[in-house]
Amino acid sequence: MTPGATEGGDLLRDLAPQVLARLVRTHGTGQFDVCEDAVQDALLAAHGQWPADPPSDPLAWLVTAARRRYVDRIRSDSRRRDREAREALLSAPLHPLATGADAGLSLADDSLLLLQLCCHPALPRPAQVALTLRAVAGLTTAQIANVHQLPETTVAQRITRAKRRLAELGGDLPRPRDAAERLGPVLDVLYAMLTEAHLTTDGTPARDTDLAAEAIHLARLLHQALPGDPEVAGLLALMLLTESRGPARQADDGSLIPLDEQDRTRWDQSLAHEGIALVEATVPGAAPGPYLLQACIAALHAEATDTASTDWTEILALYQVLEVVTGRQNPTITLNRIVAEAQVHGDGSALGSLDLLEQAHPGLPRLDAVRAHLLERLGRNAAAADAYRRAARATRNLAEQQYLQQRLRRLTQASA
Amino acid sequence: MKYLILMQVDPTVLEQLTPEQGKLIGDGHNAFMAHTKERGEFIATQALADPSQTKVVRSVAGVAQTSDGPFAEAKEYLGGFYLVDVEDEARALELAHMIPDSNIDGLALEVRPVMFSDLGDL
Repeated sequence: MTPGATEGGDLLRDLAPQVLARLVRTHGTGQFDVCEDAVQDALLAAHGQWPADPPSDPLAWLVTAARRRYVDRIRSDSRRRDREAREALLSAPLHPLATGADAGLSLADDSLLLLQLCCHPALPRPAQVALTLRAVAGLTTAQIANVHQLPETTVAQRITRAKRRLAELGGDLPRPRDAAERLGPVLDVLYAMLTEAHLTTDGTPARDTDLAAEAIHLARLLHQALPGDPEVAGLLALMLLTESRGPARQADDGSLIPLDEQDRTRWDQSLAHEGIALVEATVPGAAPGPYLLQACIAALHAEATDTASTDWTEILALYQVLEVVTGRQNPTITLNRIVAEAQVHGDGSALGSLDLLEQAHPGLPRLDAVRAHLLERLGRNAAAADAYRRAARATRNLAEQQYLQQRLRRLTQASA
Repeated sequence: MKYLILMQVDPTVLEQLTPEQGKLIGDGHNAFMAHTKERGEFIATQALADPSQTKVVRSVAGVAQTSDGPFAEAKEYLGGFYLVDVEDEARALELAHMIPDSNIDGLALEVRPVMFSDLGDL
């Protein structure tokens, strides 16, 4: 079942992060693990009771239930003393809470707080992703396990450990005005989710949970919380524009179709328009951060009807700016710049740049695939075939490997 | 990222281990499993029976045949594996170094990236 399959399920998913944020605000990040468990208890109780007896104020019901469970859990935990239980009772009076009574803190603030906690830089990336999907997106452990093709116990352990680590780290909650400070890791985690959804290195189709949709949902939450942040807007636009190509990215048999061969009439126009509009609204006066620059490039692709009519000169210029703002530390950006360079200055010039890049970064993923395309376009079929062969061996992505092998076959059959 | 850590064993090396060494290996594997489970990195492990118990099913001149013994005669055989899900290759190698086999001459661990997974209905 998809998490939003029923209205009740959707409502619980939307409310869960708010309930958790309120508990964490009251009890501190040092109690994050107990708070999260208490919220899960309350959600289970709601699932059982609401169909027969729907509450008039679902959020207040959940907050009250979760606070009770929190106190129960603290009491039953032999490692914690009575003192803590007393403090919990004092700081969390057990009367129903009116919606919005928490000092005007909004849903957006709650989402931001939780995202920052779950994407804490001290956690390893897989833990950040699992915890974010559970505590902010409201997925069940089983759904997260399914997304990654992992046993439920593995994911459960990962989440437990991440919560314990957060509790150890403790510390003060980030104030909303300090939000930008810890934003970098949040943006990177959300982007990693989308990348994993599109280019799963494990190549596994998720059967009932759409990781890309979850990543976009979370980016929307973040954008609502920080509407004035150009990097957040850039990330959301980049995600929407990338996702808009989804319907054209795969052939009916599941094989990959590269950008220059995609039927662009199959791109999701409403996602593309939303992305372009977001870019246009954000760019004027904004500092050119990495996500906004990548969104600008994606918008230029979205505005073109095909490869020939694409504004490659502008794309090349944007990649050059992107290289500068990322301190030339990201060889994948340089590789993409070289693809644009080939369109503007010719394939021969791009091949020279590729050699330089390879000297600095031997074994860079996709480098041989780009080289193979350039060599094929130049008619150097034998060298192109070698490059396709190396690229197919190096990739970790099954669909990409099949695509490269198919190009190799086409080339060797044409030359034979 | 998922990695398969293959345990390459030489049966003659295993035969010559002292009981103390054998116990150290057993304890080391238990500790390894506990460590990776606690961190949410463990997916599965299997230990395989001696290579002499192997049957090979293959086509010979287009006819399917079953025969005794391993596919290729070798000194080292696949003894078992760990399937883990970790942040990156560096962590996979770090884990491989924690497996006791990595400290015994004649045994080896092969770390290979996984490309496709379907673990059935989880």
